[in-house]
Amino acid sequence: MLSRFSGILTLIFFTLFSANIFAIPAGSSDDSKEFDVNEMIMHHIKDAHEFHIMDIDGHAISFPLPIILWTDNGLVTFLSSEFNHDDSGKIIVKRKGQEFVKYHEKIFYAKNTGGDKYVSYDEAGNVVNKKPLDLSITKMVFSMFLSMLLLVLIFVATAKTYSKSRKGEPTGLGKFTEPLILFIKDEVALPMIGEKNYQKYMPFLLTLFFFIWINNVMGLIPFFPFSANLSGNIAFTFVLAAITFVITTIVANKDYWKHIFWMPGIPVPMKLFLAPIEFLGIFIKPISLMIRLFANISAGHIIILSLISLIFIFKSLWLAPASLFFSVFISLIEVLVVAIQAYIFTMLSALYIGSAIEEHEH
Amino acid sequence: MDLVTPDIGLIFWTTVSFAILYFILAKFAWKPILGAVNEREKSINDALSAAEKAKEEMVNLKADNEKILNEAKLERESLLKEAREIKSKIIADAESEATEKANKLIESAKTAIENEKSAAMKELQNTVVDLSLNIAEKLLSKELDNKDKQLENIQEILDKTKLN
Amino acid sequence: MSLIIFLQETLVDYGAFAAIGAGLAAIGAGIGIGKIGGSAMEAMARQPEMQGKLQGSAIVLIAFVEAVALFAVVVSLIK
Repeated sequence: MLSRFSGILTLIFFTLFSANIFAIPAGSSDDSKEFDVNEMIMHHIKDAHEFHIMDIDGHAISFPLPIILWTDNGLVTFLSSEFNHDDSGKIIVKRKGQEFVKYHEKIFYAKNTGGDKYVSYDEAGNVVNKKPLDLSITKMVFSMFLSMLLLVLIFVATAKTYSKSRKGEPTGLGKFTEPLILFIKDEVALPMIGEKNYQKYMPFLLTLFFFIWINNVMGLIPFFPFSANLSGNIAFTFVLAAITFVITTIVANKDYWKHIFWMPGIPVPMKLFLAPIEFLGIFIKPISLMIRLFANISAGHIIILSLISLIFIFKSLWLAPASLFFSVFISLIEVLVVAIQAYIFTMLSALYIGSAIEEHEH
Repeated sequence: MDLVTPDIGLIFWTTVSFAILYFILAKFAWKPILGAVNEREKSINDALSAAEKAKEEMVNLKADNEKILNEAKLERESLLKEAREIKSKIIADAESEATEKANKLIESAKTAIENEKSAAMKELQNTVVDLSLNIAEKLLSKELDNKDKQLENIQEILDKTKLN
Repeated sequence: MSLIIFLQETLVDYGAFAAIGAGLAAIGAGIGIGKIGGSAMEAMARQPEMQGKLQGSAIVLIAFVEAVALFAVVVSLIK
């Protein structure tokens, strides 16, 4: 069922947008240039305004994505293909009387400073051009929408199988998804939040778990329209951790705050000593959530890409089997790791929520 | 540094996406799925508790059966005991009756014997009186004749009269 | 202080420091994961019937330790 869905989706995307996919000579591609591993890996790890699919004879084939900018003159939208694959600030796009350039996957207001570049730097090499507010549908956002679509299709289909079956037993897709849902219910929500309140947080925990997991898995699939390192992007993990933080802070009861600022059952000097630590803990908990997921997924991508890059670093085909073997091996481990990380993120979120609404006996 | 600086655009889209995803899934997926799962769990729990109840009832029934059996056993035993008691009572009664009868017989026999005896005694007394009167009569009549003859006569009379 | 300035002047390639930092973090994580794995194996040998539970919690704990090492990697990524 799952593979059928993804197959259909891939087909839809290819047929819908194939008209927009065209080959253009890549602006900065230069065959004589040394292969820069760091740049290649960072390019993969980071967000981009177009979905790069592959290169054929030095021509980049990529999937153009809409660029949405909130500028001084209002909303500006155009397709990223207008930059002609340029990422070094050489090509400008004019809209509403403003000029934009793309430099290292960031959109700046163009400002000619002589030469062929429209960006200027300070001493440390940072770009000093002004930036519009960039709300583009980037590679990551595109991947996120895709994952949302997949999740909605999978779980609405699962929900439908229940109405068809007798006695509410799972059929079809439900046989695959129900154990996962029950796992979140029995291993995460029940022990961490407690029997009294867990029902209220089940939708959040389930959404969180499957959203993280599907994006982790999609990041591991190495071809279009997947392979975006969304869950290894700090903005993504930041939002999820922030949501957990907000929920924890809103639902927290009096006991929770009392345990932070005036820990009962210990002498007063210790109370004074513990209060700032506990207060910092409120913020450190979601920050550790954010960094853990980001670091794990990014590191997984970096390791796999580094192993593949070994072939290009040593410029030897003889290394290919070893490099391939190790990258497949790490990929298999990553399949496990991404599931564990989704589980840990959900479990810790449940734990923090549970500790915020816990009723203490004293 | 670039890698660990959250991008505003992605933060915006992630927030929006997560919110939309949450509401869509909560409404169209989690609600029916969790509802079905909970309902099924409830029905399973109900079935389990019903089975438990049936088991308990079975145990109770078994206990009842045993109780009835025990009661029946006790009743049988008591019946047997009663029968035995009745038997021994009958025997004892018969024995006592027999003894009584025998005693009565013996008693009556004794009275009869006593009666016979007293009658015999009376007769003997009468006889003795008669005899003594006779002797005295004869003695008195013979006194006059001969003393020796008298003694002889007395002896003769005494010899003739055997005391029973 | 002068040593730092000296290092800054001579070793401009901060990537080397990042690599050293990541390596140190890997040592720590290796020790931690090794301890968890060793204890888990010992516990499994003692109580084979608990294998499933032990394996699950060991994997989760290893993921936690690994995350700490990756924190260090992230710090070394910040230039």
